[in-house]
Amino acid sequence: MTGLFSEVFLSALLFGAVTAAIPLLLAGLGEQMSEKAGVLNIGIEGMMLAGAYLGFVGAFYSGSLWLGFLTGAAGGVAVAMIMALLCVRIGLNQIVIGIALTLGLEGLTALLHHFQFSRSYPRLPAADATIIPLLSDIPVIGPAFFKHHLIVYLAVALVFGMGYLYRRTQLGLNLQAAGDKPAALDVAGIDVIRTRTIAVLTTGALAGLGGAYLANVGAGLFIPFITNGAGFLGIVLAMLARGRPVWVLFGALLFGVCLSLTTAMQVAGINIPTDVIQMLPFLAVMIMLVLFGRRASLPAALGIPYERGAR
Amino acid sequence: MSGSFSSSVAGRDIVALEGVTKRFPGIVANDSVDLSIRPGEVHVLLGENGAGKSTLIGMLSGLQQPDEGRILVDGKPTPITSPRHALALGIGTVFQHMMLVPTLTVAENLLLGGPWWQRPRTEELEARVAEITRRLGITVKLHAKVSELSLGEQQQVEILRAMVRNSRLLILDESTSMLTPKGIDELGALMRRLVEQGLAIVFITHKLKEAAAFGDRISVLKLGRKVGEIPPERFRALGEQAIISEIVELMFGKQKDDPEAVERPVRTVQAEAAPLLQVADLAVAPTDNAPGLSSISFDIRPGEILGIAGIDGNGQKQLAEALAGQRAATGGSVRLEGVAIEALSVGERRRRGLRYLTDDRLGEGTVGTFPVSINFFLKQVGAAPFWRHGVEQRGEIDERAAQLVREYDVRTPSLKTPVARLSGGNIQKVLLARELAEGAKVVIFNKPTYGLDLANTLASRQRIRDTAARGLAVLLISTDLEELLAMCDRLAVIANGALVGTVENTDDARTRIGRLMIGLAA
Repeated sequence: MTGLFSEVFLSALLFGAVTAAIPLLLAGLGEQMSEKAGVLNIGIEGMMLAGAYLGFVGAFYSGSLWLGFLTGAAGGVAVAMIMALLCVRIGLNQIVIGIALTLGLEGLTALLHHFQFSRSYPRLPAADATIIPLLSDIPVIGPAFFKHHLIVYLAVALVFGMGYLYRRTQLGLNLQAAGDKPAALDVAGIDVIRTRTIAVLTTGALAGLGGAYLANVGAGLFIPFITNGAGFLGIVLAMLARGRPVWVLFGALLFGVCLSLTTAMQVAGINIPTDVIQMLPFLAVMIMLVLFGRRASLPAALGIPYERGAR
Repeated sequence: MSGSFSSSVAGRDIVALEGVTKRFPGIVANDSVDLSIRPGEVHVLLGENGAGKSTLIGMLSGLQQPDEGRILVDGKPTPITSPRHALALGIGTVFQHMMLVPTLTVAENLLLGGPWWQRPRTEELEARVAEITRRLGITVKLHAKVSELSLGEQQQVEILRAMVRNSRLLILDESTSMLTPKGIDELGALMRRLVEQGLAIVFITHKLKEAAAFGDRISVLKLGRKVGEIPPERFRALGEQAIISEIVELMFGKQKDDPEAVERPVRTVQAEAAPLLQVADLAVAPTDNAPGLSSISFDIRPGEILGIAGIDGNGQKQLAEALAGQRAATGGSVRLEGVAIEALSVGERRRRGLRYLTDDRLGEGTVGTFPVSINFFLKQVGAAPFWRHGVEQRGEIDERAAQLVREYDVRTPSLKTPVARLSGGNIQKVLLARELAEGAKVVIFNKPTYGLDLANTLASRQRIRDTAARGLAVLLISTDLEELLAMCDRLAVIANGALVGTVENTDDARTRIGRLMIGLAA
């Protein structure tokens, strides 16, 4: 047990936590926007997978991580367009379509990967870290939080960007109205369908980016089903965060620690069956749901397609 | 918006409908309706449920488009293609159901609809609101959450929103249905100030008194057709009673006085008979969102109607639920035919003859997606003869349901129709049939005519009178004092969860109840 509280172990644990948290953060922020606008986006797992696959392919062939992030986000948006068309425009059931998209993308990305790489799993070179001067010299905290890829800092900045968007901008008002009382938004002269479409496409971009980060930076490779429920964790985060982006960040970090613990404890050679350790994040989800789930407040029109004039 | 008041000289139509027809599958909602809307006038659209008022509003506010005919704005034919377009033309609508986002503040609601790339212009809005509210003599809490406002305040916000957007025509759809009597008077005064400033108002209602009190011009709709109009000249020449009888003639095609003012028939309450229902010191603990009850005591004898008067939200629903067993009482006794029932379950109380007609007809009264036939027997599920050994007896159910549909005149396409598709009046008939069925001894009616049109209101009241005439004890809870005065033998007033007094329904009952309601001794 001596290794458990050493500086190296702790900073590795926290570094891993941040790396694991970023995809959850991006997915959670994306889901939060959809839900605010009244669209329950179960397809987010599929969007992340599309992002992970296309992000990896983009980075693998171009040699540029940034291009990979771009193709990943584009992949998420492509899936989100299907979702927006079927659920927002045509008004089909959001849960059914969401599940179908997730299952479909699981199969499709696995199939494409198999065609392309057969059974080999090529790796990307390790991502360059942007080391923040001074801060990164702090013991434990420094190496854990301030030696990440640039996109990590951008993702954290996005939390505050989203907070500003929801609290201070016209678009933020429109999004909330679309989720809480879409008819009121409609008679105020704003197109509900368009507002919700914007939200769903943004969700796709963020989820795709999260998937691309997961594959390209977190793992350095793509394997089928790599997201392993990250999108669903994002849905839980968005529901527990009660519309506040900063709570998504805290939640993502908490889950990140759990996910990181599973690796760290195995590395530290603690004598607990790995199955038990791998259950940790999901146990954490259940504990959080029991503790805070009752207070989760969801938009009144969540999951209900909007139809003008319907009563 | 370019159209200023100068372009709308009094006497010229701001908006006119010419031969507008709108069809929905199975019905003609509006059948070649002509309408002229002028500045400086309150134009009342009067009609019963299903007369086509809401469809007409939908077309004026851009939610729906007419199938035939045309809409003229400032004399030019103008198809109103969307809500945004209607707003741009200066047509603002206050819908029957509130169109505010409850989780946003008043200011944020007023700002909804601005260009999305802009920061909300709060300062500009505040200045504009200050100017308008000063002109109209209303006060609005700009930074309060909408969910914290009363319905009357929310409505003022909606009117204010129309004004902020430079509306020239304000449409008020059934705006008084959720207001207190005081709120209704205030709305009437506000409408007067608005038309004096050159606005045109279309005021939709199904209440004759409001039409006569607030209107300048009245159009009467019936089954989608406009059956008559009283122009302002004629309106001013007639007294209120004359206007009402003229409207009644237009609506029902025969001359009669205010149909709601039915003479109260003299009923013989068996004064010496033992009370059917005896309630003593009933108490209920308050909850987060509902007041408690305390010291509730009353008796009801066979054939008697006891009214519960009071302002909505003073514990009426709690009282009904506590008696029916749906809400736990913390003290006191309830006796049915002398037998204590306060510890019995909801089902047992019902079996012993205590029936409760909820005011929440679709929420707790019926299961909307179930067919009409099953809804008649919701409270007997599993009981013979309609269920045997856990299996539904379709034949028995349909036979009895068909009988009830005939007996209670439920207008339904078939027994299989989901009950939510029926109109409010017919859903109420289903509830009446279910609760008044065999074995009833004491019946609690909670707001039995709320939201019903005139014909169904009168039918429901007659049904309640018949119930008492059969020798049942009736507890009638209503917020409509006229209704209580027309129906009850005695009236009790509820305030803050307690009965503050009981009066016999004699000639001076109205003033005595009024005094009790505002906290004075009768």
